[in-house]
Amino acid sequence: MKSRDPQRQEGAGWLFVTPAIIVLGLFLIAPIGMALWVSLSDWTGRGSPISTDVNFVGTENYSALLAEPGLARQDLMISFRNTFYYVVGVVPLQTVLALSLAVLVNGRFLRGRTFFRTAFYFPSVVSSVAISLLFLFLFAGSGAINNVLAWFGVNGPNWFQDSRGLIHIFGDSIGIWSISDPPSWLTDPSVMGMSFWQWSAGPSVALSAIMMQVIWTTAGTFMLMFLAALQDLPLDVEEAAIVDGASKWQRFMNVTVPHLRPTILLVVTLGFIGTWQVFDQMYVMTQGGPAKTTLTPAYLSYQAAFTNGNWGQGAAIAFILFALIFILTTVQRWLMRDKYEWAQKKADRRLRRQQRRQHRETVNELQRKAQSS
Amino acid sequence: MKNHKRHLPAMFAIGLTTTLAMSACGDGFDDEEAKGNGEDATSAEGDASLVMLIATSGEAETAAVEEATDSWAEETGNEVEVRVASDMDQELAQGFAGGNPPDIFYLDASQVAQQATTGNLYAYEAEDNDDFFPALQDAFTYDDTQWCAPKDFSTLALQINTEKWEDAGLTDDDIPTTYEELSDVAATLDEGDSAGLVISPETDRVGAFVVGHGGWWLNEDATEPTGTSDEVIAGLEYVQDNMEEGHFVHAGDVDAGWGGEAFGTEAAAMTIEGNWIRGAMSSDYPDIDYTVAEMPEGPDGPGTLLFTQCWGVASESEAQAEAVDLVNHLTTPEQQLEFAEAFGVMPSRESATDEYTEAFPEDEPFIAGGDYGRGPINAPDMTQVVGDLTSQLEGLRNANIEQMMESFDTNAQAVLEQ
Repeated sequence: MKSRDPQRQEGAGWLFVTPAIIVLGLFLIAPIGMALWVSLSDWTGRGSPISTDVNFVGTENYSALLAEPGLARQDLMISFRNTFYYVVGVVPLQTVLALSLAVLVNGRFLRGRTFFRTAFYFPSVVSSVAISLLFLFLFAGSGAINNVLAWFGVNGPNWFQDSRGLIHIFGDSIGIWSISDPPSWLTDPSVMGMSFWQWSAGPSVALSAIMMQVIWTTAGTFMLMFLAALQDLPLDVEEAAIVDGASKWQRFMNVTVPHLRPTILLVVTLGFIGTWQVFDQMYVMTQGGPAKTTLTPAYLSYQAAFTNGNWGQGAAIAFILFALIFILTTVQRWLMRDKYEWAQKKADRRLRRQQRRQHRETVNELQRKAQSS
Repeated sequence: MKNHKRHLPAMFAIGLTTTLAMSACGDGFDDEEAKGNGEDATSAEGDASLVMLIATSGEAETAAVEEATDSWAEETGNEVEVRVASDMDQELAQGFAGGNPPDIFYLDASQVAQQATTGNLYAYEAEDNDDFFPALQDAFTYDDTQWCAPKDFSTLALQINTEKWEDAGLTDDDIPTTYEELSDVAATLDEGDSAGLVISPETDRVGAFVVGHGGWWLNEDATEPTGTSDEVIAGLEYVQDNMEEGHFVHAGDVDAGWGGEAFGTEAAAMTIEGNWIRGAMSSDYPDIDYTVAEMPEGPDGPGTLLFTQCWGVASESEAQAEAVDLVNHLTTPEQQLEFAEAFGVMPSRESATDEYTEAFPEDEPFIAGGDYGRGPINAPDMTQVVGDLTSQLEGLRNANIEQMMESFDTNAQAVLEQ
């Protein structure tokens, strides 16, 4: 039985994984390594970044973006502010909407279920560029949305030209401050080169139009995930709850939602990652305007590299964004952890550590004994 | 199993080094700086095959350029492949990064300094270089070198809605020739839903008033920012004052994306745009009658902005001599007039202007700007700084101009010092 020879099997194993390693290395590891190198170099976009006249500049690109006051840092901070409000607005809404839609179309007695499922999923299938163009027309100053608003006597804003922040508008309307003359206790103190007033702007009217579009588009995708999870739900538990006399709402909150915890975690995590990287809509619709209120880190990175020819900074922004997403996702997963499961895992780990220590001690003792004898 | 686990890091290390080595093989070209005059131009052995990258305005332009290059190719026995870029910046950048850029390409004047400092350009002069408008030669001159031959150009002028003009009781004699007169007619024309003048408050429009006041964003050598100089402030204040009074409006204020759209939808009686507005008006708003007048004169004489592109030749090109020869063919007055006929651009050669104004008399105000127009900011790495100024100018009506220009100066200073 030569094929059982462990030596030969190892060779075959290498042979089988080599294509995968090459493909992964070529298309994943090498580009990431190159990008990391570019972010630490003064590459000007001419020739290969690993040639002799590209110099290592250390963390210069990162410090221009994070430490030194200047345009680079200002733009990055503006993009972080915008995206922060964008994420805070989009992720909860799209999750709630997706869950509600899923519950609706999961109803066993709903007529035309297939039709509704398809209809709600449809926006996710259509290219985001096509939808963006459609929304440009819908939200134009004299577009459909404003015409509908006019029926109710509301004078709609010129959505994609309006750079006022929603929090600013809200404060202005209830008389806390005036947008044209902001109070000095907000404009004077500044963090990272931006005043509190700028930080607290909220999403601009233009950005909120994009947020609506994204919620509408992605809710369908996540609805599908919820729907799959809902169909796996054990019926007997629900029936037991009915027998116990739980109302519809109680059943939803205490039976369905806890069962969906892993799916909710998945949807929120994917939502977080996707929203922080938002790019398409800005590229097609606003190019960062009006007044930079739709600038996002991903679009800024593209602009820095391709328009401004500042490749090092462009790559550095990408890595800063990666670090930010990584940290925030970790925090979010920790916050949403299953506390019981978490405690269990922790106890398991402790037990394993203890066992290992004991094992080591026994081995040491045996060795000592062997030496001394 | 244990045995295999120990090998895992080594496996990855091997994979990584092989792939890095593979990608490193890609940079086998030499980085000699190909800068200078025609004598050290690279020339292909035998017949050359050139690649040309253009950002086209439409079918008509593509066809005209292809026809012109084909006739050169036939004459000389070379080959030219015309490629149409959908995103010019990105496709050019890809070419340069890959070490295989197009031999010849459209290059905007605002990009010349950047590309020249990076070493992407081969500097050349086309035949009879002095025949190009001096302002255009300047627009492509950086570091005392003219980097490429001007392709064509556009300037800003004043467009007036004829019907509204007559309704307001104005005649040809009232066409404004000074900034005061412009404010006056804007006030007269400002009626109900229709504003006097619509303007996009960005550096590429408002800058005309800065030039009219004798100012500019940077000093003559483009080494120091001059945003806080009296002339620049005066130019911006002029626009701001008129906006405050409501005679000048922002295109966004009247639900339009740009001045031409606002003008076409009759949200304003006048606008300031370049000769590209002709195409937009004839295709989107054919029923609107309008006249074009030169920009009024400011306190420092006439001032307008000039936008231009050139035929860039890559320093990596293996057939620079042929590329320059093709440019010579494309910039003859006859060929430029053909382009003008086909897709409405203005010839960059002074010797072609007479014939051009004869054929298109209504474009005289635009072409007159060639004599006193000012090209875009001509210094490397300024894109982000100018972009920031433009985004601040969006709020010009309520802006603190001094503060705005101070921040421009600070940002520009940081870039120019590098």
